[in-house]
Amino acid sequence: MREHGILRIVARLLIPLIMLFGLYIQFHGDYSPGGGFQAGVVFASAWILFVLIYGLDDALKVIPERAMFVLMLLGVLLYAAVGIAGVLLGGHFLNFYPLLPGKHAAQQFGIITVELGVGVTVATVMMLIFTQFARRRQLLAEVNEEVD
Amino acid sequence: MAVVRMRNLFASAMLFAIYSLLSAGLFAVLDAGDVALTEAAVGAGISTLLILAVLTVARRDEKPVPGHKLPALIVVVVTGAALIWATLDLPEFGAPDNPVHTHVAPYYIEQSYPDMGVPNMVAAVLASYRSIDTIGEAFVILTAGLAVWALLSVPPRRRRRKLPTEGEDAR
Repeated sequence: MREHGILRIVARLLIPLIMLFGLYIQFHGDYSPGGGFQAGVVFASAWILFVLIYGLDDALKVIPERAMFVLMLLGVLLYAAVGIAGVLLGGHFLNFYPLLPGKHAAQQFGIITVELGVGVTVATVMMLIFTQFARRRQLLAEVNEEVD
Repeated sequence: MAVVRMRNLFASAMLFAIYSLLSAGLFAVLDAGDVALTEAAVGAGISTLLILAVLTVARRDEKPVPGHKLPALIVVVVTGAALIWATLDLPEFGAPDNPVHTHVAPYYIEQSYPDMGVPNMVAAVLASYRSIDTIGEAFVILTAGLAVWALLSVPPRRRRRKLPTEGEDAR
């Protein structure tokens, strides 16, 4: 896609904005519509736009596949760790009140951390699925060439 | 209707995206900001992208199935009729003493701000009151990602015969 100048310039402008919007709905989800699922999807779509414009190889240099696996597990583990931290500090699983002394502060800390875990998992899983399909296409093309 | 009748999968993916975008607009009109955002991001955005990604490795056109399947038609008609019949038993739409308004919803509406100081009630319910549901959803997403990886990371087998299609490969 070296020749598509307009696409490249527009994407260069849009990708940071989409990522910024993703971060906004991630961390402003307590006050306005949003949350981890939506933020993860928006963030992943910015990366997918990068793949469509600059190609999969360049995109995998930014976020390698191994990083996706690690991050998607870390997201879920972060969620579970918050829950278990509540248990260790003397509450039920996923009870946020024991985490911090203030009642509201504890809940907000818990919600933001949990949503961050969800967001990281959703974003990396979407990237991984898209990568798998794009890679599949390359492999199929190679195999067909061998047959022909 | 057009989505169902369309044989060209690319066009039906596009129509499905438009349908999602329209329903996102509908949710926005109904003041359901979270649902509208989700529908726009997930329904119109990422699922269309993933469908298109699938279409790059699959055939562009649906294989036409000749004739009609009578048992399938009967099952669909009976199920639909039963569901419509069941809606007659539903309580009146929007009545204040409906079960949905008297169960836990009033508690959430009244107590979520004093409990947590989070203005967005949807976030409060999703992440705190119903946190175990949400961890389940996170695990579902993780499992989906792992399943796709497990299915697609196997290298494709070399085909014995050349396909009659023009360059597009079916799998």
